[in-house]
Amino acid sequence: MKIISKVYNFLVFGFLYAPIVVMIVYSFNSKKSRTDFGGFSFRWYAELFQDDIILRSLWLSLLVALLSAIIATVIGTAASVGIHSMKGLKRRAYLAVNNIPVVNPDIVTAISMMILFVFVITKFNGLEMGFATLLISHITFNIPYVILSVLPKLRGLNPNIYEAAQDLGCPPGKAFLKVVVPQITEGIVTGFIMAFTLSLDDFVISYFNSGSSAQTLPVTIYSMTKRPYSPKINALSTLLFLSVMILLVMVNLRKTNGNNSKKGELK
Amino acid sequence: MKNKSLLAKFASAPYTVWMCIFVIVPIALVVYYAFTDADGNFTFGNMTSIVEYGSTFLISLKLALISTVICLLMAYPVAYTISKMKQRRQSTMIMLVMLPMWMNFLIRTYAWMTILEGNGLINRFVRMLGGEGFSMINTDGAVVLGMVYNFLPYMILPIYTVLTKIEKSTIEAAQDLGANRLSVFRRVLLPMSIPGIISGITMVFVPAVSTFVISKLLGGGKTFLIGDIIENFFLGNTGTVNYNVGAALSLVLMILILISMTIMNHFDKDESSGGIM
Amino acid sequence: MENNRIIDLKNISISFDGEQILNDLNLYINDKEFITLLGPSGCGKTTTLRIIAGFLEPDEGKVIFDGKDITDMPPHKRQVNTIFQRYALFQHLNVYENIAFGLRIKKMKEPEIRKTVTEMLSLVNLSGFEKRNINSLSGGQQQRVAIARALAVRPRVLLLDEPLGALDLKLRKDMQVELKRIQQQMGITFVYVTHDQEEALSMSDTIVVMDGGVIQQIGTPIDIYNEPKNAFVADFIGESNIIDGIMHEDFVVEFSGHTFNCLDKGFNDGENVDVVIRPEDVDIVPIEKGMVCGEVTSVTFKGVHFEMIVDVDGFKWMIQTTDYVSEGTKIGIYVEPDAIHIMKKSKYSGLYGDYSSFSDEIEMLSDVTYEKEDSENEE
Repeated sequence: MKIISKVYNFLVFGFLYAPIVVMIVYSFNSKKSRTDFGGFSFRWYAELFQDDIILRSLWLSLLVALLSAIIATVIGTAASVGIHSMKGLKRRAYLAVNNIPVVNPDIVTAISMMILFVFVITKFNGLEMGFATLLISHITFNIPYVILSVLPKLRGLNPNIYEAAQDLGCPPGKAFLKVVVPQITEGIVTGFIMAFTLSLDDFVISYFNSGSSAQTLPVTIYSMTKRPYSPKINALSTLLFLSVMILLVMVNLRKTNGNNSKKGELK
Repeated sequence: MKNKSLLAKFASAPYTVWMCIFVIVPIALVVYYAFTDADGNFTFGNMTSIVEYGSTFLISLKLALISTVICLLMAYPVAYTISKMKQRRQSTMIMLVMLPMWMNFLIRTYAWMTILEGNGLINRFVRMLGGEGFSMINTDGAVVLGMVYNFLPYMILPIYTVLTKIEKSTIEAAQDLGANRLSVFRRVLLPMSIPGIISGITMVFVPAVSTFVISKLLGGGKTFLIGDIIENFFLGNTGTVNYNVGAALSLVLMILILISMTIMNHFDKDESSGGIM
Repeated sequence: MENNRIIDLKNISISFDGEQILNDLNLYINDKEFITLLGPSGCGKTTTLRIIAGFLEPDEGKVIFDGKDITDMPPHKRQVNTIFQRYALFQHLNVYENIAFGLRIKKMKEPEIRKTVTEMLSLVNLSGFEKRNINSLSGGQQQRVAIARALAVRPRVLLLDEPLGALDLKLRKDMQVELKRIQQQMGITFVYVTHDQEEALSMSDTIVVMDGGVIQQIGTPIDIYNEPKNAFVADFIGESNIIDGIMHEDFVVEFSGHTFNCLDKGFNDGENVDVVIRPEDVDIVPIEKGMVCGEVTSVTFKGVHFEMIVDVDGFKWMIQTTDYVSEGTKIGIYVEPDAIHIMKKSKYSGLYGDYSSFSDEIEMLSDVTYEKEDSENEE
């Protein structure tokens, strides 16, 4: 039984990682072939760093991800506080609207915003799809995830701590900053990270709402897949994969270290 | 109490405005476009023209359903065995499940092209063993494979989450009352993991039924899904662009998913629990 | 008398969602006294406390503090501090920083803060706990930190909202003694909210019994116990047999088919009244010597005494005695004149004081439902 489950897990994880391994191996191929391995080389990495389109779209992706995550975190955190104090029908209505972008297929969210933008653009001449529409669309689908990670933290909060701070002399606004925010920081940070990565990873919504002037990295990759095969994509993917892996390992190490030091304090 | 709600009211104001303009108005516009023609006159024409795409809807549903079922069958044993491991190993394994998700799904799908191609790695391997090469890419099978590959982690994670929440004593109690392994699974584990299964199903089915990238890359234009048609109506050549029919199709897709989610939630009596959220 | 008052609540009314929580409440609190608001959950005691603290604004009425109207003053400007039910400690700060919180708001200098925190920690017997994490403390210790935090800012009045509710029995008894000591040591006013009558009796200078948003009685613990004003107070504080009676004239009352001498006067002749007799004040005598007689229907051993239910013509009395009598025995009951307390009829008459459906279990169950109501009201 044990062996069967081990073999099974091995096969599933093999399935998950096989394409990634293939990708990485062929990024070092000296030949421009998907199948023939001509020998080890960094040729495609070198070409990658000379490809202006890719580099520019990478920066754009990072910029949009950062900006949209910051704005979504601010709007979403404030909204969570508001929603937290709501009751009954109003609260349910807010949560339902909040869930629309989460539940709806990406393509529907994407085209619905595209219709709005096109509608406004045709009404006002001179406007066009670009960075602004891209950023707006990213903020829109990011906000709900911020709320989904902040709201549970607020719910878990002892409602009296806000009052306790006022009781000890804090005016309401300061009380919120001094005792409520520190205790929901974890949720805010989670929300921010989620928003950032979702934005970085998004293809469908950017594809419909960026126009030709502001292409994010996934949009560029998509257009590359339509053109003749280039191992540059492999090289790019390998780099992205490695950076994500290093980041995750670092976060995990920090987490376990953090846990250990907490346990130490308890003793 | 009064001043607190005042603060709260101001706090949610930007959000209210934002969501109205960029979520509610766009959806209203989708509905408006779906029921008007190019000149803005009311019409049922778009909706009735959808009938033409009935077969595409069916194919999309079929492939998405097959992928969802395969994902479920593959994911449950993995989630179960991980949930049985030691705490430290569990987090490593879950990280391994999540790691591919951090890679853009375009890249992941693209990688399969390399493997499945006529001259791809599998065929070369088969030929090396003396077999006949066969065509894999540009088939429905390849599309299903792409869907399963991309969305499998979305099925493993929520099931794993509910399984770890089940207390060991619940299973011991069942055994104590005379249940063998099979009946523990059938009468305790499975019913208790339903919330996770349901969120897994929705997290796989929704993106699968609405995709247009996987079908483009791995179906090679032969497998045409609803997503492809919608994309064509919005971003195709000047001749094919038609926001009105596109909006009508999106509306139907949205309603379809809404209905299937309502049915799903019906099985999940405890709405609050489950899910990875 | 007037200038001794620190808090004066005048004609306070408040309602939530159309439900009247406090109805024209008038209450003054003397400086340096330990006053307890006592009543079942949902009686309005926590609401009263929150109005004093400033977390709630009354619909009508005034809150006077030290002669000044503070009805509209926000909580952070009031010289009162609160100990919350679940302590409400700041999890992200350690013990030292929790206690220093209010002092930092006051922009106090660091050496002074250090001195105050140290002093407060020793007051609550937690010296050496400065660096500890809040989550590493037991419930009792968290409670002490909460008290130290509130007292550090030198309030004139400390408000305590069921502060011992989450502690186990033994710890609760210890903390009662300690709270009383702290109150006397600091020389400030404590306003204490509880539904536990034993707690109220053992700690307070003054008890305010509340029910349904209305004050039922204000008095010293001894007054409240010995001279309850109505059936509600009599039943809520301790155990009571409450029997319908007729006042024939001053010092003479008839109930259970017998005429008794008593010490009460000032009622109309022939007035219907409620008669209170505490279970421990009843003597059991041979049947022929009894003023009334009945049959023992149940006996429970309680350690210090036996608790028995005695059927007297269908009315069930509770009697506490050190003499064992077996179930089914017919006994005589003898009541001294000073054991009898006469009350005017009220809306509570007939609701309490008969032990025919009495059981410990039922009492506990009803406590639980009360708790639920309370948390709903607080939302």
